[in-house]
Order: sequence, then C-alpha cells, then structure tokens
Amino acid sequence: MVTATMPATGRQKTRTRIRVLEDERWLALTLLTPTAVLLGLFIAYPFIEGVYLSLSASRVGVPGEFVGLKNFEKIWNDGIFRTAVWNTFWYTGITTVFKLFLGLWLALLLNRHFKGKAYIRAAILLPFIIPTVLSTFAWKWMFDPTFSVINWALFKLGFISARINWLGDPDLAMTSIIIVNIWRGIPFFAISLLAGLQTISPELQEAAAIDGAKPWQRFWHVTWPLLLPVTMVVVLFSVIQTFADFQLVYVMTGGGPANATHLFATYAYQIGIGTGLLSEGAAISLAMFPFLLLIVIVQLLYIRRVEVR
Amino acid sequence: MSRISRRKFMQATGGGAAAAKAGGLAAILASGRAPAYAQTSTVHWLKWNDFVPASDQLLRKELLPAAEKALGLKINLETINANDLQPRVTAAIQSGAGADLIMALNNWVYLYSDSLVELTDLAEEQGKKEGGMHKYARTMCSVGDKFFSMPWAVIGAMIAYRKSWFEEAGASKFPETWEAYREVGKKLKAKGRPIGQTLGHTFGDAPGFAYPYLWSWGGKEVEADGKTVVINSRETVESVKFMTAFWKDAHDEGGLAWDDSNNNRAFLSQTISATLNGASIYIESLRKPDQYQTEKGQPMNKDILHSPLPKGPAGQYGFHLMQSHMLMKYSKNQSAAKQFLKWIHTTENYEKWFLSQKGYATPCTADWEKHKVWDEDPAMGPYKVAARLAQAIGHAGPPTAKAAEAWTKYIIVDMYAKAVQGMPAEEAVKWAEGELKKIYA
Repeated sequence: MVTATMPATGRQKTRTRIRVLEDERWLALTLLTPTAVLLGLFIAYPFIEGVYLSLSASRVGVPGEFVGLKNFEKIWNDGIFRTAVWNTFWYTGITTVFKLFLGLWLALLLNRHFKGKAYIRAAILLPFIIPTVLSTFAWKWMFDPTFSVINWALFKLGFISARINWLGDPDLAMTSIIIVNIWRGIPFFAISLLAGLQTISPELQEAAAIDGAKPWQRFWHVTWPLLLPVTMVVVLFSVIQTFADFQLVYVMTGGGPANATHLFATYAYQIGIGTGLLSEGAAISLAMFPFLLLIVIVQLLYIRRVEVR
Repeated sequence: MSRISRRKFMQATGGGAAAAKAGGLAAILASGRAPAYAQTSTVHWLKWNDFVPASDQLLRKELLPAAEKALGLKINLETINANDLQPRVTAAIQSGAGADLIMALNNWVYLYSDSLVELTDLAEEQGKKEGGMHKYARTMCSVGDKFFSMPWAVIGAMIAYRKSWFEEAGASKFPETWEAYREVGKKLKAKGRPIGQTLGHTFGDAPGFAYPYLWSWGGKEVEADGKTVVINSRETVESVKFMTAFWKDAHDEGGLAWDDSNNNRAFLSQTISATLNGASIYIESLRKPDQYQTEKGQPMNKDILHSPLPKGPAGQYGFHLMQSHMLMKYSKNQSAAKQFLKWIHTTENYEKWFLSQKGYATPCTADWEKHKVWDEDPAMGPYKVAARLAQAIGHAGPPTAKAAEAWTKYIIVDMYAKAVQGMPAEEAVKWAEGELKKIYA
C-alpha cells in the first residue's frame, strides 16, 4: 500500500508544479526572476546605496549620519560644480551635433559601392575599438605643451609663430577634449547609421529618382524619415555615454586647468576620492541623474512619436 | 643537557599550533585561529613608482630580502603610479581589505586618520634618535599630537638657476631676499633672460611658489584655530603689490599659462634664467650633456645651481611633497608591519635607500642634513634644507581637508595671478578672502 501511493503523490506534485507554470503570470514571474535578481543586485542596490550615501555625511572610513539634502545644498553653492554642469552640457551638446553630422556623412559615403569598401569600413571602426585610455594618451601627447606634433606642423606650415598651449588654456583644453571625443565617437554613429541605411530598400530611392527627385530631395524626403528612428536611438546612447564620460577627461586634463574641464564624473571623483568626501561625491554624481532622466524621457517620447507616425 | 619532552613542548607553545597537534581539526576550529606554523606574516607594502627607478630596484633586490631574513616575514612590495594611490586607499578603507602599509602624500592622514593605526611611538623614537623630527613632517603626518603615519621623506622643490648668467648680472651667489632677487631679475630680464615662474593652474610649481611666498611676507590663510580666515592682512596686500611689480620687472610674462613642464623646457632651451622646480631640470641636463649646452658650448649641467626661495620680511619657507607610510587599521599584520617600519628606518638600512636617491629625497629628521652626500654634488646641496624650511598648506592652522580644498581650487595662486593681470592688490586679496571664507565656513 505504502509503496504504491508514493509514486502517485510524486506524480501529482509534478503535475501541480506544471499546472502552476501553465498559468502565464507564474511562468512570467519565474522567467523574469533571474533578470530581476541581476538588475537588483548590480543596478538597483548600488543606486539606492548611492542615494543613501548622498544623503549622509560619510567620509572615507567614517560612516556618517543622515543629513538630508545638505550635500546638495553645498554643491549648489559651489562655483566649480556649476562650471562642471555647464561643461557637461556644452561637451555633450557640441560633440553630439558633430558626431551626428560627421557620422551621418560618413555613413552615406560608406553606403555607396566602391573598391575596398570592406577594408575602409573596418578601418573606420579603429577609433572605437582602441581602448579609450590608450588613444587618449596618444592625443595627450599630440596636445603636449612642449612636444605637440600639432604645434610643430602648424609652425612648419607657417600658421603660427608661438606655441599654442592646448591643454594649459581653459578654453583650448575644453576644445581639445571635445575634438578627441568627436574623433572617438564618429565610428559608432557611422556604423550604426550605416546599418540603418542598409535596411532602406533601394527601390524607394529608385522610385523617387524616376519621379524626378534630386539627390538632396531624395535624402530629405525618403532616407532621412526612414533613418530617423535609428538616429534617435543612436543619439540617445551617445548622449548618455558622453554625459557620464570620465576616462577621456581624466586622462587628458584631470579636470584642469583651474577646474576648467571638469564634468560631473570627474568632479565627483575629485571630491569623493581626492578629498575623501564620499557623500558629497555621491551627491555630485547623482545630480547627473535628473538631467539624464529628463533627456532620456524627452528622447524616448520623441522616438515613440516618430515610430507611431 | 635539559631535554624538552613532547608533552612539555605542547604545553609551552599553546594557541593554534599546540591545539592542532593535540586535538586535530576539531581543536583548531575550537581555538578560532589558524595554526601558528602556517602563519608566516606577509606584509603588503604599497608605494608609488619612484622617480628614481634605482631606488625601487634596491628595495626589491637588496633591502626587502634582507628584511625578510632579519624579521622572518614575507614582504610584498607593490609600486603604482602616484595618481593611483588615492583610489586604492579609498577602496581599501571602504572594503576593509588591502595593503598593510600604504604610502601617503602630503596631508592624507587628515583625510583617513579614523582608519589608521597610531604610530606616535615609532615616529617620536625616530625623531629622538636622529636629532629631532622636522616640524613639517610632524604637521603633515599627525592629527592633534598623534602621528598617524610614519614620515618617510620630502621631495624638495628649489629654484634652479644659471650660475654664469647670475654672475654676469652681478650676483656672485643667489640673492637672499626678494628685493635682491628682483634687482638681479630686472637686469636679467633686460638681457632677455627673465625669471620663469608659473602662476597657472598646475598642481606642482604654482602652489609650490605662491604659498611660501605668501608666508615669507607674513601672510596666512587662517589663524592657528584652523577656522578664522585672516588672509586679508596688510602683509598679504604688501606681498601682492610686490609680486605685481616683481612680475613686470623680472618675469617671463607667459608664465600665467604654464603648466609644470613648461618651465623645464624654457630653462633647458635657455629662454629663462631661473625657475622653481624639482631636481628634474638638472637631472635631465646631466642625462644629456651633449644636447643641453650653454651658449658657450659647455654642458649646461655645469652651469646649474639650486637655491631655496629667498627670504621675505617674515622668514624663509618652502612647500614640498611629503611622503609617509600609513599602517591601516584593517590590517591583520599590524605588528609585523610595525616591525618592518622600524627595521627600514634604522639608520643603516634607511641610508642605503637615501643614497640611491642622490639628493632627490630629503629625510625628515635633523641629523640627515649633515650627511656627506650633500657635499658630493654642490648642485644638489641646497635640497638638504627642504624638510626644515617646509611649511604645510593651511598655515597657521593644521593642513586639514579644508586646506586641501583651498589648495585644489588654486585660491592663493589665483590671488597673485589676478593681481599680476591688473586687478588692484586690495581687491585680489578681498576676492581670496571671500573664497576662503566659503571653504572654512
């Protein structure tokens, strides 16, 4: 008797388990759990920890008490923080515009047929493939106050008679890091937009051409509207990355000269690590969040509108 | 002959080792610590990559093996880029794990003292043994009257100058006061050989000049309480006024935008006659005597001498890079690490390292100033006073995190830079006062 019932209950249990999973809600929950756990551990937890840190008075090695919004109040009154905010917007804005135009231009060129296309396409990716720190070091050397190859070339060509202090002058230093960011970012735009271009059926272009549309009209009325959703996504990614950039500025100028090139991330590092004020550093990097959120919401809404259209 | 029986040995050793032998695994677990015979302490020492590579080699090949032998320890030396030290310290303290001994630069003990082991006994003993610890090392490495790091050395910054050019301008030795320096500088600039000094936003040479200059006139950021901002004084205004004239009379006016390397190049290409710097200009000219020559075709290194910054009405000062070692509170090898610190700081062992530096590093205690190494190369001799004449940022208060904030924001440097660019002295000082008050509020 006993031995006979055992397998029966076992089978029943399996059946109940299967039946539970037949319910889509439970199935969904089960399948989502691993992702939720991963997101919770590696994104939600650090984020909440960061928020808590920014509301406390912690220093390195000293867990501080809760102080409310005091850290935010302090950074709000900090001139360097304001410079960093302005720099971040300027840096992100200028580089995104240039990366978009140059990247699009490159994508349109690469979308044509010519000899050695595959090689050129691979070569275009180089700035993107090389580790940022390495390529930035090379640029730093090119902008060096004493050994700048750019200065040397300009001097030999007779354009300048005195050295240009690329990284020593506040405005030039900002320009320099913007140049490097654009150089590094173009391939990402070019390749992503190229992929977008290739999904556009050539027949549409042909039809437009037969109807008498000039190249510019074909681009503006056929290519561009079809490319827009991809473009928006690429711009979104790029804005997020550029806004939170750290490596490039840290290697090139360390935020100097005179704190002239600090971005959110580098200033947060200087305060959090350099001065040991962890919670103030956390507040600075969290201050990035509302701005980014706003940018992302606006862009996502726009993408949705474009897609619905 | 007294024999130790197995039983007696067991009783005598106690702790993990005995427990392990007597009771096996269960006893080890019960005793709550690893058996002693598996515990050769390893001391993990983290320091910067030395600018004199020979010194790190000496440590690795000679000094550390000797220490391991003498102390029965294992010492694990890790050297990293100076800029990477601070993130490592932060991560180690926050996670409670990492190197046992970590090199600190300047006033870091003020940032981390809660996580450090007090080293007053070691430091005081060192001072007593070697003619007294210099005040600078004391200020930079202790909070209150407790040492939280062991002073290691000071990396000095001195004025490098062209001996023959100064002689031509009538100065057989380096001018002792700012007035005399200005007079000589005037003549030099008239000959197209100005003094080169940065007042730009560069972390080494600009504050290295501006702070000691301010102190030598009697100006200071705050009172000894470390709170009351007193930068706006008659002395400070005097110093700013003098600087403005001095700049116009004697300096290369491009210095406003210079970084730490511009003056090296300017000096080596013979466009300036003097500049405040580490020993790197001289070392570079020693390394390449054929490339760097005077206008008379002589190797330039024979024509370079060094001097501390001149005296002002209130004295003579310097501001140099302080190096010390922190023993971390989380370390499980504190006593071993302390033993090692003591060992490496014995005169005999430390001297080997000191000699390998060839004058680059100045020890923090008084007796070393008499060492014969300073007489061997007259060009390097002046560096012997670096630790003695040095003063910490945030004077007359302690070099706290607030002092560091004022330093990273270049407030003192900018005060002079603004005046030199045309702002009236009183206004420039007032501006600095406002900024400092924001920090010390």
